[in-house]
Amino acid sequence: MLELRNVSKRVGAELHIRDVSLKLEPGSLNVLLGPTLSGKTSLMRLMAGLDRPTEGSVWVDGKDATGVPVQKRNVAMVYQQFINYPTLTVYENIASPLRLSGASKAEIDAEVQKAAKLMQLTEFLDRTPLSLSGGQQQRTALARAVVKKADLVLLDEPLANLDYKLREELREELPKIFAESGTVFVYATTEPTEALLLGGNTATLNEGRVTQFAPTVEAFRNPVDITTAQTFSDPPMNTIEVTKTKNTFNLSGGAQLIVPKGYWTLEDGPYTIGFRAHHLKMSSPAETTKNEPLKAVVLITEITGSESFVHVNCTGQNWVMIARGVHNYDPGDAIELFIDTRHLLVFDAEGTTIHSATEQQAA
Amino acid sequence: MKNFRWFVPTLYILFLMAPIYWLLNMSFKTTNEILGGFSLWPKDFTIDSYVEILTNPVWYNGYINSLSYVLLNMIISVSFALPAAYAFSRYRFLGDKHLFFWLLTNRMAPPAVFALPFLQLYSSMGLFDTPLAVALAHALFNIPLSVWILEGFMSGVPKEIDETAYIDGYSFPRFFVKIFMPLIASGIGVTAFFVFMFSWVELLLAKTLTSVAAKPIAAVMTRTSSTAGYELGLLAAAGVLTIIPGAIVIWFVRNHIAKGFAMGRV
Repeated sequence: MLELRNVSKRVGAELHIRDVSLKLEPGSLNVLLGPTLSGKTSLMRLMAGLDRPTEGSVWVDGKDATGVPVQKRNVAMVYQQFINYPTLTVYENIASPLRLSGASKAEIDAEVQKAAKLMQLTEFLDRTPLSLSGGQQQRTALARAVVKKADLVLLDEPLANLDYKLREELREELPKIFAESGTVFVYATTEPTEALLLGGNTATLNEGRVTQFAPTVEAFRNPVDITTAQTFSDPPMNTIEVTKTKNTFNLSGGAQLIVPKGYWTLEDGPYTIGFRAHHLKMSSPAETTKNEPLKAVVLITEITGSESFVHVNCTGQNWVMIARGVHNYDPGDAIELFIDTRHLLVFDAEGTTIHSATEQQAA
Repeated sequence: MKNFRWFVPTLYILFLMAPIYWLLNMSFKTTNEILGGFSLWPKDFTIDSYVEILTNPVWYNGYINSLSYVLLNMIISVSFALPAAYAFSRYRFLGDKHLFFWLLTNRMAPPAVFALPFLQLYSSMGLFDTPLAVALAHALFNIPLSVWILEGFMSGVPKEIDETAYIDGYSFPRFFVKIFMPLIASGIGVTAFFVFMFSWVELLLAKTLTSVAAKPIAAVMTRTSSTAGYELGLLAAAGVLTIIPGAIVIWFVRNHIAKGFAMGRV
């Protein structure tokens, strides 16, 4: 088990990690989700023991491990860049942690062969890492993490530089490989989709703070505040300022929305509402027919094939809509939109979530 | 036009080789022939000059002295510069950038400036006229140069490799020797080459800090005349033999040196 207690890290005048407390259970899969520079790598370095926290403490299995050097901890780490020992063969690269732990020759060979097979590297064992492709180099690094059987495995965006097919394969494989041995598995990513695919628990990071730590789906459905919702949303969550008076939300641009069932208990007053891109529709969802369509101007359309990402300007806000199928609008086209108000997130002035869709309604 | 492409490079190489050829030419002539007139090749071919140098201790000790302080200096410079360059490349500390630049300023002063203080210091410490004296004096110029070159090579190695090694369980010394040094092998080669070159070529300090026992070859060569008059053949032969070690070293590091230049540190 790994526990961070009120950990902060200051580098120069900058605070890279702000008062983070986390408890990671053995055998658990934990995702660190946050944009670049949100502190994912800094946090992992503190977990590994590569850096010492400026404040707070790191506990491993109930013992204070704050000052324990990384060599004395049983940790494995894989970086986003493909990091291997360029002068050693792939075999020696994978064997390196075993050699240092003093394993016997037969043992090393068995483990290396097993890991190499798992990572499909068997035929490259005699080559040096730099003569391999990027994917193979990263699999070498992963194989080294596998053979170590560490208590804590840290993967820092390990698949970010790999091609699409390999990513999907490894994303499915990796958690399984490490789950078996009861390790604490930590996986950093910038992509909400990847977090959802991995499952487990997710800690959302923003500017060095952990904004929420909860089971991944739970964090996605019920973000505690607007920052978490933004971090855990791809494309970005659409937001708008509204004022609630009785049973209408008055939008800043003058339009109105009928307050849907389940939100009636909100007090009148100003709020920020948020909704995901796929809750912005081109046709009226059945239960909100009473709402007038919102007028919007198309800014740009990105077509991925099965979906179109339509960037629009509506009531003075820039929003993104995901629509099924190919919709080839030209910039400047006027379209009419509907918000599926059943899935609104409502935030107060501080950005704290005060109402999110209940589980049955959430999609 | 196409058929004359070889012309300019050939001319250039001829000009470059001319003095070396002339030296070689002279070394196989007798002094009388050299002084006697112009000849493109030795008429009276002799290897007496070489025999004299390789059998007379006054001559060959010059080579031994030179080589011993050069090698000593290479060992001192590289082994001190390795940890220093690692610190500059990997750690941030108070005044690190200023200190790094200050290292270079050591090379801005001509060696002559330091001749007097070194002479007095070594004389009073009993180091005068030993290879170690010259090696230490040259280290003043060579350590900064080595740190500067090695730091460039070390910074080309991602810090994450160090960390991966620590995570795997390497202690610092083991990592440094087993993982890190092989990674910067060409950097060490290039550094050794430049250190060699400076120390082998430098004359003033080497001459000032020695008298008899540790006299370098360059100093021996400068006694142009002896009781027997001018010995130009002998001097030419000594010159040829002095070029050889440099040529050998260049041959070994030729593949790495381009990398050093590409890093802009040499």
